[in-house]
Amino acid sequence: MSHSTSSKTITVVLIGNPNTGKSTLFNALSGARQQVGNYPGVTVEKKQGRLRIDQQDFTLVDLPGSYSLAPRSPDEMISVDVLLGRRDDVAPIDAILCIVDSSNLERNLYLVSQVLEFERPTVLALNMQDVAREKGVLIDVEALRNRLQIPVVEIQANRGRGIEELKQELAQAAHQEPARPESPFPEAFQEEVAFLERIAKEHSRDLPRYLVERLLLDTGGYLEPILDRDIDQGIHEAIQEARTRLQKAGCPAPGVEAMARYGWVSKMLDGVASRPSIHRTTWSDRIDKVLTHWAWGTLAFVLVMLAMFQSVFYIAEPASLGIEKLNSWLVMAAEAVTAEGALRSLLVNGVIEGVGGVLVFLPQIFMLFFFIAILEDCGYMARAAYLMDRVMSRVGLSGKSFIPLLSSFACAIPGVMAARVIENPRDRLVTILVAPLMSCSARLPVYTLMIAAFIPDIPLFGLRFFRLPGATMFGMYFLGIATAVVVVFILKKTILPGQAPPFVMELPTYKLPSAKMVLHRMLDRGFAFVRRAGTLIFAVTVVVWAIAYFPHHESQISPGLLAKRSELQHRIESLENSDAPSAETLLALAAKEKSAVEAKIAGEYLKTSYLGAAGHFIEPVVKPLGWDWRIGCATIASFPAREVVIATLGVIYNLGEDETDAESTSLQQTLRDAKWDGSDCPVFTIPTALSVMVFFALCAQCAATLATIRRETNSYRWPVFTFVYMTTLAYLGSLATFQIGTWWLAG
Amino acid sequence: MTTLAELPLGGRAVVLQVTGGDEISLRILEMGLTPGVAVSMVGSAPLGDPLEIELRGYRLSLRKNEAARVEIELPASDSV
Repeated sequence: MSHSTSSKTITVVLIGNPNTGKSTLFNALSGARQQVGNYPGVTVEKKQGRLRIDQQDFTLVDLPGSYSLAPRSPDEMISVDVLLGRRDDVAPIDAILCIVDSSNLERNLYLVSQVLEFERPTVLALNMQDVAREKGVLIDVEALRNRLQIPVVEIQANRGRGIEELKQELAQAAHQEPARPESPFPEAFQEEVAFLERIAKEHSRDLPRYLVERLLLDTGGYLEPILDRDIDQGIHEAIQEARTRLQKAGCPAPGVEAMARYGWVSKMLDGVASRPSIHRTTWSDRIDKVLTHWAWGTLAFVLVMLAMFQSVFYIAEPASLGIEKLNSWLVMAAEAVTAEGALRSLLVNGVIEGVGGVLVFLPQIFMLFFFIAILEDCGYMARAAYLMDRVMSRVGLSGKSFIPLLSSFACAIPGVMAARVIENPRDRLVTILVAPLMSCSARLPVYTLMIAAFIPDIPLFGLRFFRLPGATMFGMYFLGIATAVVVVFILKKTILPGQAPPFVMELPTYKLPSAKMVLHRMLDRGFAFVRRAGTLIFAVTVVVWAIAYFPHHESQISPGLLAKRSELQHRIESLENSDAPSAETLLALAAKEKSAVEAKIAGEYLKTSYLGAAGHFIEPVVKPLGWDWRIGCATIASFPAREVVIATLGVIYNLGEDETDAESTSLQQTLRDAKWDGSDCPVFTIPTALSVMVFFALCAQCAATLATIRRETNSYRWPVFTFVYMTTLAYLGSLATFQIGTWWLAG
Repeated sequence: MTTLAELPLGGRAVVLQVTGGDEISLRILEMGLTPGVAVSMVGSAPLGDPLEIELRGYRLSLRKNEAARVEIELPASDSV
């Protein structure tokens, strides 16, 4: 083969409707050589792959799946800008690869008719031949090629069929002149476009024809502000005039576009493709009949959700435990190679706990994305949204928000990431912002500890099985949901206003999920979390470690305790060398006493650290919540992760570290015995315990979630907003709980 | 005037027009509900909303209030 090999890399964009197997084709073409990032300022993922065809390098740019190239938001504008070569961060394109679902050509060719107007060399890939055959759709590929005047290749992306032929066509097309198809629009419309092009030129503005068409059709007024620097008053008025004339000519914007394009599609497909006039019942239809049935469908939905979350908890659990074991092994290793001091503490309490704290989420994230990828790939995700839409639309969201929010009960991180399935940017943002209000598994230890220690185990309403502790737990979950409903309502009324987005959604044909695709998506999302969130969480953990550790001078500790410790140390050493029969018992006793003293010293170090000082500093702020400075300290220390509050409470109330977990009765006893400094009043009363629980139910004390929101919204604004609004709500909720609780008990 | 929201289960009709010119109506048009296209009602979600319809050889779901923007003509012979 004697292709003229040029050194320049050829840029090809991949575009297509959702559910056409576009990602599968992207992976089949570019393999592992992929780069994923974000376009600045929007939430669109920037995905590029590399491939080589006959010694020629290609860059493949994957555009988000869309039904139409009619931008109504900055996110949707990305695709148009890339196709027009108007972006600095993507090379001007040499060719377009457009993938369509053969079983659904009529609707898929709508996008093709738009793509052809960019007048770049275009190759059409006809995917999903198997589904088309089952539906009885017949396509004369040769005739279609002649009609469209572009290369058309039949492929089956999930089996790798037709990929080589497609590559050859791409290599050739990139060097050929693009087809110049006739415009699908009526004469009157084309005249107005020509008129506006003339006006733009007179105003020395460089507007490509596609954008001129869009401006004329964009009666919603989204485009003019986006194209600000290319539009002036003269052009604006000319557009208005043109629309008035079109209205009179009987082809009003914007409706004319759909009419014209579907008209064009019919003309292209007439005699080329046919589907049976009587609908042939496929196995997909039979499955759908059951899965969207009012009773069977609902039952299946509940079972699928149950199976998914049971697996997330029970399959991921051993892996999480394994990671925790690895952590404690690393702690031992670190203690073996470092001396007592700042370095060891940094390694053990900072690095290992920081990184480990991120990694324990990983099995859950992988499991959840494994299931979500299967549900997406087989076509059930759209049905789940369909089934739940009625309920979710009552609170101002759509069915598509259901899975992200449900996932957030396990962990907000995969929940926030799952919000990617929501195309409407405003709805996606609202979903992301309320997802952390769902009570995640990290809140459970806090609830468990407080309830076990302070909520009396009494039956409610005289029912033996309905008791106060369970009801309190339920109350905390309910509080999160109820708050989310109110927050959605307020967000939609204030900072994210706008019409409820339409729920006009394709219900794709069911298909067997591809193992390759499912694994790819699971690993892709899991590692994206580790890479991007890991660094930030790690940094935060180290900062919190530092303020809890320093200044760390022996002068901070009362001399009596230090003397006691060295005396015990001496006693242990001499007992170890002694042969007396009672030595072993005495040794155990001394060791126990020593660890109690060590715990007291650790507690004193913490009290006199910068964190302790901060706790004292904020005491006036947290006192109305019924908290002493120690709870304040523990709350600050748990900024990286909520569950840290328990370990910190343990240290600060002088408990040895081994005794500190939520089930630990000694921690419960210690909390019950805790007194306000210099008085006999207990710190923890029922209102205080409830106030702590309410705070942790509503606060955003999770650096990993905030880091994920930063990544998914591609801006620092939204994680900051989330932290501020959730902390404010947590404070107010906690304040109300304590004050009302105290008043009620007193009265 | 009959709208798509009123089409009974299993019923067939032809789209006359989509009312309104906002984002929702445009989206409905883009998905292929243009004048002259044949549609049939496949079903509805458990709480009666949204609806599932078939057109142009594929399945589409939309809410009742969105379907109410689609004016349809019932075939004379097929009135249920």
